[in-house]
Amino acid sequence: MATVRFTSALERFLAAPPADVAGATVGEALAAVFEARPALRGYVLDDQGALRRHVAVYIDGRAVRDRIKLSDPIGAEDDIYVFQALTGG
Amino acid sequence: MAERLYVGTRKGLFELAPDNGHWDIAATHFLGDPVSAVLALGDTVYAALDLGHFGAKLWRRDGAGGWQELAAPAFPPKPEDAGDDPHPWSLGKIWVMEPGGVPGRLWAGTMPGGLFRSDDGGESWSLNEALWFMPERRQWQGVAGGEQPGISSVLIDPRNPDDIRVGVSTAGVWASTDGGASWSIINEGMYNEYMPPEQKGLPIAQDIHRLARCAAYPEVVWCQHHNGVFRSEDRGHNWHEITAIRPSKFGFAVAAHPRDPDTAWFVPAVKDERRIPMDGKVVVARTGDGGKSFEVLRNGLPQRYAYDLVWRHALAIDASGERLAMGSTSGGLWISEDCGDNWSAPEARLPPISVVRFASN
Repeated sequence: MATVRFTSALERFLAAPPADVAGATVGEALAAVFEARPALRGYVLDDQGALRRHVAVYIDGRAVRDRIKLSDPIGAEDDIYVFQALTGG
Repeated sequence: MAERLYVGTRKGLFELAPDNGHWDIAATHFLGDPVSAVLALGDTVYAALDLGHFGAKLWRRDGAGGWQELAAPAFPPKPEDAGDDPHPWSLGKIWVMEPGGVPGRLWAGTMPGGLFRSDDGGESWSLNEALWFMPERRQWQGVAGGEQPGISSVLIDPRNPDDIRVGVSTAGVWASTDGGASWSIINEGMYNEYMPPEQKGLPIAQDIHRLARCAAYPEVVWCQHHNGVFRSEDRGHNWHEITAIRPSKFGFAVAAHPRDPDTAWFVPAVKDERRIPMDGKVVVARTGDGGKSFEVLRNGLPQRYAYDLVWRHALAIDASGERLAMGSTSGGLWISEDCGDNWSAPEARLPPISVVRFASN
């Protein structure tokens, strides 16, 4: 099972604890998390299911390459980190 | 119902209440988060957030209860053949929310130009596909040169909830008389100075900063346009320019008196490229004769080195027609109890203000 961890910046809005999920791609892993926590989806993905522009996802230290369809493969033991890219002021 | 004023800012929502003859901050909400729209119907308050990282969100508070997140309006899957659509099919932000005239109904105007409707008090939303799928929608220009047009104004006829006008930056005034099942662009008589000569007069080329209508005489609609002030007496079809506006004709906001069709307020600024108050003085322009003449109101407003700009949704009037509120990009907040003759500021240094709104019944 891969582990998906979310930035603590989300805690102000909703619960986003780490989740152990099955999936062959990062998209499948995230979908498994969102099935259990549907409100989380809109914080990470846009209306078309792509990663939000200012959200970053790393798989064992590598930024995902396919931010649109989330097709990057993942291994069973991978750590997937979802966090915010810096913006604002 | 308690009297309340809600002020949405770059860094949270501020709730003000009258206290011994002065308005004061009674509560703060969403501190640190950008608020893009507010609607307060009685004790029910809607707050739209524009989170930098995590997208546009919608929250509701009922009475004394806590805030609850609602599903934000969302666009349907983008069809394969819409690849050349210049606008994103994803909610940028909720720019305005209005009650729909029947219980439970709300309208939300958004960037990138989607109009959404809820019939269950905001629990769920659906895109108005008739407007979104009009071929002309792809000609809408983005706000401030960006890729996203925005619906800044949604006017519902108080006598007929199926009679709707929306103002778009930048794409003119669109009308539906069948509850949103069909739409047409209706504004004639405006001109847009910055467009090429052959396009200046096109209805779709008009940069509608904000629309406001007189609730008691909904035929009368006022427009603060990018390059001037216009007025319509036939529900937004034909417009004439109000040239008496002073000290300048540029601005974003307009408020219409709820009962007097000849009275409206504007917040003029140096035009376009600079967007600052004339001579560093914050003023409000009021007409009481349908735009033939204006008074320039300044009592209680900053008159030295003031560079406050008032955005589209940051000038509000309450149902009495006497109480106004105004918020600025510099965080200035002023309230008038006498139709704008005199203004006072609550004790606060607020973040940049995007929207002010009184609670309504």
